[in-house]
Amino acid sequence: MSNVLVFLESTNNGIKKSSLELLSAAKNSGRNVLACAFGESSKAAAEEAGKYGAAKAFICSDAKLNDYNSELYSALAVQAIKDSSADLVLASSSMLARDLFPRVAAKLDAAVTSDCTDLELTADNINVKKPLYSGKCKAQVELSADIKIVLMRANQLPVNELADGTAEVVELSAPEIDLKTLIKEVVKGTSEKLDLTEANIIVSGGRGMRDPEGYKILEPLAETLNATLGATRAIVDDGWVPHNMQVGQTGKTVAPTLYIACGISGAIQHLAGMSGSKVIVAINKDPEAPIFKKANYGLVGDVFDIVPKLTEEFKAIL
Amino acid sequence: MNIYVCIKQVPDTETKIKLNADQSNIDTAGIKWVMNPYDEFAVEEAIQLKSKTEGATLKVVTVGPKSRVTDALRTALAMGADEALLIDAPESIDTFNTAKALAAAIKQEGEPFQVFTGKQAIDDNAASVSQMLAEFLDIPHATVISKFEKSSDSAVVEREVEGGRKEVIVLKGPSVVAANKGLNKPRYASLPNIMKAKKKPVKEIDLASLGVNVDQAKLKFTHFELPAEKPPVKMLEGEADQQAKELVRLLREEAKVI
Ligand SMILES: Cc1cc2nc3c(=O)[nH]c(=O)nc-3n(C[C@H](O)[C@H](O)[C@H](O)COP(=O)(O)OP(=O)(O)OC[C@H]3O[C@@H](n4cnc5c(N)ncnc54)[C@H](O)[C@@H]3O)c2cc1C
Repeated sequence: MSNVLVFLESTNNGIKKSSLELLSAAKNSGRNVLACAFGESSKAAAEEAGKYGAAKAFICSDAKLNDYNSELYSALAVQAIKDSSADLVLASSSMLARDLFPRVAAKLDAAVTSDCTDLELTADNINVKKPLYSGKCKAQVELSADIKIVLMRANQLPVNELADGTAEVVELSAPEIDLKTLIKEVVKGTSEKLDLTEANIIVSGGRGMRDPEGYKILEPLAETLNATLGATRAIVDDGWVPHNMQVGQTGKTVAPTLYIACGISGAIQHLAGMSGSKVIVAINKDPEAPIFKKANYGLVGDVFDIVPKLTEEFKAIL
Repeated sequence: MNIYVCIKQVPDTETKIKLNADQSNIDTAGIKWVMNPYDEFAVEEAIQLKSKTEGATLKVVTVGPKSRVTDALRTALAMGADEALLIDAPESIDTFNTAKALAAAIKQEGEPFQVFTGKQAIDDNAASVSQMLAEFLDIPHATVISKFEKSSDSAVVEREVEGGRKEVIVLKGPSVVAANKGLNKPRYASLPNIMKAKKKPVKEIDLASLGVNVDQAKLKFTHFELPAEKPPVKMLEGEADQQAKELVRLLREEAKVI
């Protein structure tokens, strides 16, 4: 039976949901499930992965790996893939994995595809699809190589129930290489929230929020829903919020279960980044706004009337 | 001293995508092609580095069908690149072969002082070529960069990662860096520069001469499909408080997302 290696990423609360989705898909396929994780959190991750069906975990718990370094990580990933004899590697299409795995693929002469939204995995078959042209169409991805690496978008697959199980831990030593890549400084983010690309709920604002002060009324709504805040390019370009909050063709591609668009017109470049959302709510005072064509639920009205009411209603039930 | 910037030509962001009859690919008829938006930041940064680096030549490189990609090269030349390299390749070339071809062409043209790319192309969103290219050139890389500072023997870059985190990274020697939006403000080409660009050299390179065989692709896209039609939007009626109440009920009971 073939081996599948799942690359795990963790937060302070354990393995990220996006990685658990992949452990679950691997387990449900009937293949041998192996995992790998790097940094001090990898010991805990290995233990947790065991409960999701990983038989073995290749880790490097050296603190040198706490911050991502492409050279160290790619050397370790290559070693984990070789040691695990995996012919399939699954990872979440996170910024880290997207930086890492193309380099790993080049080292291993492997095939890599990122940003995938569909994965059907059985013991002897794999079917992968990804959106192309900013979600304007989708295609099947045929990977031809001895080792295939698939990076999946978050929130696409179910997570299994926890079960009993332990993964055998294989500790890899940190590579001794003369590094050409040095981390000089890591500035911690201001937000403790999930990144937009992984968020389950996104509250997003556009020019209809009037000004940076007006945008702030979205904060209590996002807080109540434990959502991540997003924005259109229009208000990023005007400096209301930083670029890492931009959703769209030249911002982030997101796939939450719920996307609440407030004062957003629905330009094609914005839709490109969020049309993969499961449920879209649009609040706009213009009943003709194009965003309504993509929405599941539409509320015509002033965001400054509706958003506070909505926050109250959610507070009452959550 | 060679500075390289690798660009891709992609359909304009407004382009409607249609499929061909057997859904084996998109129908490229009528598409307006432009330089990938992220590559504009890469070209701008490369021009700025060139202007600060004595004796530097800025070469813009692309891989793609000769019949159309020359336009993108001309745009970069009009912005300020000195020379262009056109690696003629079929529409279907994959990321691995693209990176192989770029690496081989750069090796032929002369050692890089610095290589720039965009952080991803907005057509296949692979975000793979920069890292693969760096591996094939055996130099370090950094992606999604929002700040770039070069000294004679290294580069310091800032990259924005998840949740607003920022990493400041030192890359020793030549490197491949992939530009994010916000790195700079790309210039528009002036009319005189557009005219001048027409006289700048565009060198054509044959894929086979780079040792790349497109039949040995690692990725192939098949079975194209358009997104499923969304059910029509449900518009909620009434005053703000009624709409809010109804929405919360629908999200809970009908959509079951909260
Ligand atoms: C190459 C390129 C790339 C781009 N990339 C992106 C991208 O990645 N992401 C992106 O978002 N855009 C992108 N754009 C820009 C895009 O075309 C739009 O300009 C932008 O999305 C519009 O932002 P907006 O909806 O906030 O503003 P507007 O289009 O100005 O819309 C504001 C909306 O708010 C509504 N409104 C106003 N006041 C209220 C109120 N009080 N209550 C309720 N509603 C109100 C209005 O009816 C209107 O619909 C790109 C453009 C180009 C050319």
